Amino acid sequence: MADTLLTLDDVAVHFTVGSTLKGGIKTLRAVDGITLDVRPGECLGLVGESGCGKSTLALAIMGLLAPTRGRVVLDGSDLGQRSRLETARLVQMVFQDPYASLNPRQTVRRTLADPLRLQGVGRAEVDERVMDMLAKVGLRPEHADRYPHEFSGGQRQRIGIARALILKPKLVICDEPVSALDVSIRAQIINLLLELKDEMGLSYIMISHDLGVVEHVSDRVAVMYLGRIVEQGGWQEIFEDPRHPYTRALIAAIPDPFHRAAITAKAKATGEIPSALNLPSGCPFHPRCPLKAERCVAERPMLEAVSPAHYAACHFRDRLG
Amino acid sequence: MRLKGGSSLWIGGGLVFIAIAAAVFAPVLALTDPVMGANLMNAEIPPGWEFPFGTDAQGRDIYSRILYGARVSLTVGIVSQLCNSLIGVSLGLTAGYWGGWWDDVVSGLTNLMLAIPSLVFALAIMAILGPGLVSLVVALGLTSWSYSCRIARAQVLSLKGQGYVQAARILGYSDLRIMFTQLLPNILGPLIVIATLGMGGAILSEAALSFLGLGIRPPFPSWGSMLSEARDQITTAPWLSVFPGLAIFFTVLGLNLLGDGLRDILDPQSTSRRA
Amino acid sequence: MTAPLLRVEDLRLALAGDRASHDAVEGVSFEIGRGEAFGLVGESGCGKSITALAVMGLLRAPLSLAGGRIVLDGQEIQDASAAEMRRLRGKRIGMIFQEPMTALNPLSPVGRQIAEMFVLHEGASWNEAMDRAEEALRQVHVPSPERRIRDFPHQLSGGMRQRVMIAMALACGPDLLIADEPTTALDVTVQAEIIDLMAELCSAKGTAILMISHDLGLVANMCRNVAVMYAGRIVERQPADAIFAHPRHPYTQGLVDSLPRLGERAKRGRQKLREIAGVVPSIAAYPSGCRFNPRCPAATDICRQVAPDLTALPAGGLVRCHHHG
Repeated sequence: MADTLLTLDDVAVHFTVGSTLKGGIKTLRAVDGITLDVRPGECLGLVGESGCGKSTLALAIMGLLAPTRGRVVLDGSDLGQRSRLETARLVQMVFQDPYASLNPRQTVRRTLADPLRLQGVGRAEVDERVMDMLAKVGLRPEHADRYPHEFSGGQRQRIGIARALILKPKLVICDEPVSALDVSIRAQIINLLLELKDEMGLSYIMISHDLGVVEHVSDRVAVMYLGRIVEQGGWQEIFEDPRHPYTRALIAAIPDPFHRAAITAKAKATGEIPSALNLPSGCPFHPRCPLKAERCVAERPMLEAVSPAHYAACHFRDRLG
Repeated sequence: MRLKGGSSLWIGGGLVFIAIAAAVFAPVLALTDPVMGANLMNAEIPPGWEFPFGTDAQGRDIYSRILYGARVSLTVGIVSQLCNSLIGVSLGLTAGYWGGWWDDVVSGLTNLMLAIPSLVFALAIMAILGPGLVSLVVALGLTSWSYSCRIARAQVLSLKGQGYVQAARILGYSDLRIMFTQLLPNILGPLIVIATLGMGGAILSEAALSFLGLGIRPPFPSWGSMLSEARDQITTAPWLSVFPGLAIFFTVLGLNLLGDGLRDILDPQSTSRRA
Repeated sequence: MTAPLLRVEDLRLALAGDRASHDAVEGVSFEIGRGEAFGLVGESGCGKSITALAVMGLLRAPLSLAGGRIVLDGQEIQDASAAEMRRLRGKRIGMIFQEPMTALNPLSPVGRQIAEMFVLHEGASWNEAMDRAEEALRQVHVPSPERRIRDFPHQLSGGMRQRVMIAMALACGPDLLIADEPTTALDVTVQAEIIDLMAELCSAKGTAILMISHDLGLVANMCRNVAVMYAGRIVERQPADAIFAHPRHPYTQGLVDSLPRLGERAKRGRQKLREIAGVVPSIAAYPSGCRFNPRCPAATDICRQVAPDLTALPAGGLVRCHHHG
């Protein structure tokens, strides 16, 4: 072990929806066979649009959802074998919405101190660690006894980060940590997350649809579409030499005047994201793909190597680029 | 009709305060002993200087009996509603948070309780336990928890997807701790409102049961039993029924206004106070 | 020079509070020519959306128009009656909002809602209007429009609903389309398509666009001129290319620099992002002088005391800063 912190082995999370009376039971394949690993000190970017399963995957990694198939191995042992308190010391999460993610009836101090007390940390040490953590995220000591509504969105997100780090976890899942914040505040939070990562030796899974943010913070990137990984590799490979047409469409969709020349109409995706209840045949991206061929309708491409650490699930992965 | 701004809170609070003060200080405020003060020489005297609310057929002072009756009515109202809240909130909280088969069981039970009028249920329990203060509290305390339960469950369902509830699970909180520290404080507002209104309902139910002769045994006074005894003299001595009736009316009105006022403070969604 | 389609002059919008009334927007002026796309950019609370509401005559208490003129095609509309504004909306001004679900009637099929525009504003018969509604859906690239016209809004995806909104907004060939964060609720690949669609239709029909967004990149990509708002005032107005390449106001510079941009890391390695210090001030506590001064790295005494005016830049454009030189 030791060289990977988190290993996902063919993890699938399926939900059954509907009832036998109304149109029958269907299976929603929210996450459908994900194999991934995260190494200590690394930041893995997880990119995808709504319905791609990235949030479901995050819940499965934290043990809040039991996978239908496959294994989640965290720090050397299966997630299901650990107690809630043990898991809490290993993996934590920073939420998207800084308003809904803090209990309005709890002071900052209580929000940060309670998890430590649950772990059996003594009173004096709890106080010290709470104050230390507040300082780390850029809040002042007098903030400790205030309630969430007294803070701005950016400050609340700092509290959310402090709460995620108070137990000194090894892995932190950041679920769109800046997309609900004012544009002028985002840089503060991104810088803070990166500083803390180095200072505390954390690993991140950075879930985001904002490719600029993902490129900035990630070491490796996985692109998800409809419950599966369609491309995976180092950040440079994904952003400089994308091989899956979906990755290229995501990049082409970014409205950035400096990139205007690089955007080619050919790379853009068309149409809407299909429902995960009704997956298209063959390659799930084919109805929207500018490169669609007959083979794509019939045969599902597997995630295969483009170069040693770069994988893409596209029949034409070698022709692109 | 709704009173404007905070006035319902103040009027309601004032009425409830008077009722509670009457109950607490009954021995000080009463003119005669409510039970032993019988004196047939003074029977059925209309309200006047000596007996402000008049006297009954046994010559007991109605004013004093109403003060002591407040003790029974408020005790029954408060204690039985506490039982209801406790049962309702425990069931609603757990059903909403855990879901699954437990939720089905609780929802079924709640619907059953809502379908049968709670007074009929209470009557049945009283018939088994026999009359008395304790039976009253038990009968009323076991039969109207369905409102608290439904409110608690609905609130928990809307809150449990919030980030802070998820965060608490990730931080290692046990389910019970999540319910007590994360959910309960955030749903307390509407529950207090429901409890206040429920106390009014329990006082009315007590009156109804005592009126039917199933409540407090004479000669001890409760507002309901006083009404019951006054039945035959309603035309000859109307003050016998008017004053206990007014006591019930103002106490229940006070509790309802208080509930409305608290709703405005505790539950910002139901108000139009936004600028 | 021909008269602009829309001219907003010295617009002032008041927000009535519990104790005092505050100016939510002040001194906002801009012009949009026929067929021109104009962008209004800013963070939440900067006043961009209520400026658009004012143009549409949709301000509601506690907001009210406190001064300034709004001229549409030579006609002053800031004092127009509710009935006049209703006629203008739909016929001369079309609107798209962030969340189409709230703007569409959930109980009526989308085809009927589009057809209603033709019936109300052009006196068409229902039969004719339904045929034109189908055509309008085809124009916004909704697949199989003959079936979709019978769908209810909840049966459509977010992107499809926004297409329906666009079809409705453009149904009567308005002169001006006001789009308030039209793609914020959509996925990025769908957003790109919707933006392309809006730009394509408007340039084909000669419709001007007032595009409102928090995303400077998005707006700069689509519009010819862009104004940046901060705390109720326009702080900078420049052609779209210039605002990205040479932002002159420290706030705009901060916005442009503070976001990680694709390709930067490959070119220059990972640099620490430039932060804009502090937080957006609340409307009741706007600082005196330049409203950006507490967060500005270049602020001096004059910035704290005197509110700067919009001054013209030699290369065209306007900036509201004492130190823009």
